[in-house]
Amino acid sequence: MAMMQRVKLQSLTVPLLSLLIAFLFGSILIALQGSDPLLAYQVLFTKAFGSIEGIATTLAKATPLILSGLAVAICLRAGLFNIGAQGQLISGALASAWAGYSFVGLPFLIHIPLALLFGAFFGSLVALVAGLLKAYRGVHEVITTIMLNSIVIALADYLASTPFKEPDQPITRTPKIEESARIPDIFGLPFGFFIAIAISVAFWWLMRRTTTGFRIETIGRNRSAGWYAGISVKRVIISSMLLGGATAGIAGAVETLSITGRFEPAFNAGLGFDGITVALLARANPLGVIPAAILIGGMRGAASTMQFRAGVAPEIVDLLLALILFFVTAPILLRLLKRKEEGISLSSGWSN
Amino acid sequence: MTNLLDVEGLSKRFGTVQANQEISLSVKPGEIVALLGENGAGKSTLVKAVIGLVKPDSGTIRVKGQELPYGDTAGAIARGIGMVHQHFQLVPVMSVTENLVLGDEPTRFGFIQMQKARRETTELSKKYGLAIDGDAIIEDLPVGMAQRVEILKALRRDVSLLILDEPTAVLTPQETDELLEVLRNLAKKGVGILFITHKLREVMAIADRVVVLRNGKLVGTTTPKESSESQLAQMMVGREVVLHVEKGPGHPTGAALEVRELEVLDDRKLEAVKGLSLQVKAGEILGIAGVEGNGQRELVEAICGMRNRRRGTVLVAGKEVPNLKPHEVHAAGVAHIPEDRERHGLVASYSISDNLVLNQFDQEPYAKGWIRDLDAVARNGEELVKRYDIRTTSASAPASSLSGGNKQKTVVARELSQDLPVVVAAQPTRGVDVGSIEFIHKQLISARDRGAAVLLVSAELDEILSLSDRVAVLYGGKIVATFDSKNANRDEIGRLMAGSQGSRS
Repeated sequence: MAMMQRVKLQSLTVPLLSLLIAFLFGSILIALQGSDPLLAYQVLFTKAFGSIEGIATTLAKATPLILSGLAVAICLRAGLFNIGAQGQLISGALASAWAGYSFVGLPFLIHIPLALLFGAFFGSLVALVAGLLKAYRGVHEVITTIMLNSIVIALADYLASTPFKEPDQPITRTPKIEESARIPDIFGLPFGFFIAIAISVAFWWLMRRTTTGFRIETIGRNRSAGWYAGISVKRVIISSMLLGGATAGIAGAVETLSITGRFEPAFNAGLGFDGITVALLARANPLGVIPAAILIGGMRGAASTMQFRAGVAPEIVDLLLALILFFVTAPILLRLLKRKEEGISLSSGWSN
Repeated sequence: MTNLLDVEGLSKRFGTVQANQEISLSVKPGEIVALLGENGAGKSTLVKAVIGLVKPDSGTIRVKGQELPYGDTAGAIARGIGMVHQHFQLVPVMSVTENLVLGDEPTRFGFIQMQKARRETTELSKKYGLAIDGDAIIEDLPVGMAQRVEILKALRRDVSLLILDEPTAVLTPQETDELLEVLRNLAKKGVGILFITHKLREVMAIADRVVVLRNGKLVGTTTPKESSESQLAQMMVGREVVLHVEKGPGHPTGAALEVRELEVLDDRKLEAVKGLSLQVKAGEILGIAGVEGNGQRELVEAICGMRNRRRGTVLVAGKEVPNLKPHEVHAAGVAHIPEDRERHGLVASYSISDNLVLNQFDQEPYAKGWIRDLDAVARNGEELVKRYDIRTTSASAPASSLSGGNKQKTVVARELSQDLPVVVAAQPTRGVDVGSIEFIHKQLISARDRGAAVLLVSAELDEILSLSDRVAVLYGGKIVATFDSKNANRDEIGRLMAGSQGSRS
């Protein structure tokens, strides 16, 4: 048991150290701009976590990140690097917006789940393409998901500017969703946050307690041994891509149904890509995704305030996230810590 | 006369493992020193430290009296240390000559002088009495010849100390004898030789001095004259070892595993198993002797569902087992200890318990429907860890924390604990320490005694001879002879393994 605790503790060291070093580097960059790094960080964190409203904003920002983080994490577990969360998320956002404004007169208890389902379905449809290509043709999922991102983004632009466009408006966007499709706030917190938490817990349980989870996990850790033990590699690849795509789709749907209220191409920029940072920071742990998303959501939410109050360009948050991603994935830290065994190899998706 | 190599008080620690502790040894010119020890005793670490691939924590390494800095590979080579690695460092598609000059080609105006290189090869091969065809392509050569190229490659750089890491692991008995002869000749020319092995027969045959390591410590230095095989074995493991497996007579009954007219292709789509038939009775061990690469792997994989059969049938207990997936063959009653345990046998980062149910994780009692029963998995893990003497702190520790021998015991425990009617064991003790070998051998015999048909494939002739009730020799994808193990003659089998009836090419 002591040993299990040590393993758990160790899996926290890399993310925490990455954060620390990223913030150290960030402070140098802020100082180079002629601003006070301590003040900048203080503003950033008091804004994000220092008040009830701040926390509510942070959690709202974190909601899609939890889901897109899960979309990446679940694929990482199967040894797949799903770079396509962005495309899957946009597909889900557009589909849920369409379901949100096209069906009129539904009760919200039916309309909301239906719109979420549309998001999940169209998100997974995008991922399915990459999954099938990987399973049956061996095409690397990093390549296909990146290309699918471009395809989906262009397609969504077209759809929102022509067939699904809001009539008599110059802007490229869909009509507003019906009130019956709007996900309400609960105690000032977006209900979507609780959906995201529930899905995280469900994934955690799936991975830990079910045979499906064990199949995914085994293929992710040793594909040959998994095949040898009778697990269908094809099925695991396809089903984990479907799960990932559906979760990214729900991320887009929740964002659309509770925050943006319609589909507009610029709205969802970057949510899927931040999901990659979230998943890696969480070391692909479905529960770890929650704090990672809250941290990154908080930084995103407070970026503009930081510019306002400390005179630091909000792009510094992008830089910080990039640094975190760099240190969390770079083998430098691992080598410094001299750890031989990691629970899962985060780079396995690249090699086969 | 100064020693070629002096190592004094060398220590190296990896994490919590003391790989080498205060080890001292020396090699004189013209001397053959055998470095003997079990897997994990620290032999490789020691020679890697000498050649600069590992930085020791303390101690000194002197070559011809001059101290060598830690981790200075280039310096070690410059001072005349050459190493023949266990895995050949050759380019398979290039010729012998090209491989020999690789990295140090004779050039003029930036062009390689192939004529000169070829001449060099001929001179080198004459000088050391190592016959080789300079124009042969490496991948066409038998393993023994490829190794000869490795040795020549080292000798080309004026090596005065040659280190060989388990050089005989891949050789036939005849090739081994040839290699030993080559080493003797090199020693006569003044080359010092340090070779790693865990085969006692070779040590007795060739070494001037034997250095025995155990658990990273030097347990003794002796000579073959002053000791015997069983004494050396005792030094290696620190206790008496049963070199000859104790087994009662078998009680074979009907055929439990039958292979008829089997044809299998290898990875290059060449025929590797050519119309092979065999029969293993319930209650007997059939050993397949043969040099690796004669169809053993393809035979085992075709039986166990890891490779498609082109023709032929496999019957288990009289029932035909069609071309299936590995777990379906397993379900048909075939336990399999796979050759590559790291690749197929285990998931390194999983707990021992999870590994022990790897091919039954979705069956009762380890899963009820969709939900896994983690308690049942843990109980099974604890029980098998005890029953199969898997040395670990806990069944929930990751498999990667185990030594090679205990990893293999984990695979053996999973496969044999299910009491299936057929057991296929491929290289079951490769890379495994002597203590675990003994244990695994006992398990195979007790599987036989409870009535299982055991098909044993091993590159170790001694293992085949001591375990099997019958021995079949595999050469070129066919069984060329079958013996009752009581009548088996080591030399004759060795010749059959080499594919010839007496000629020593």
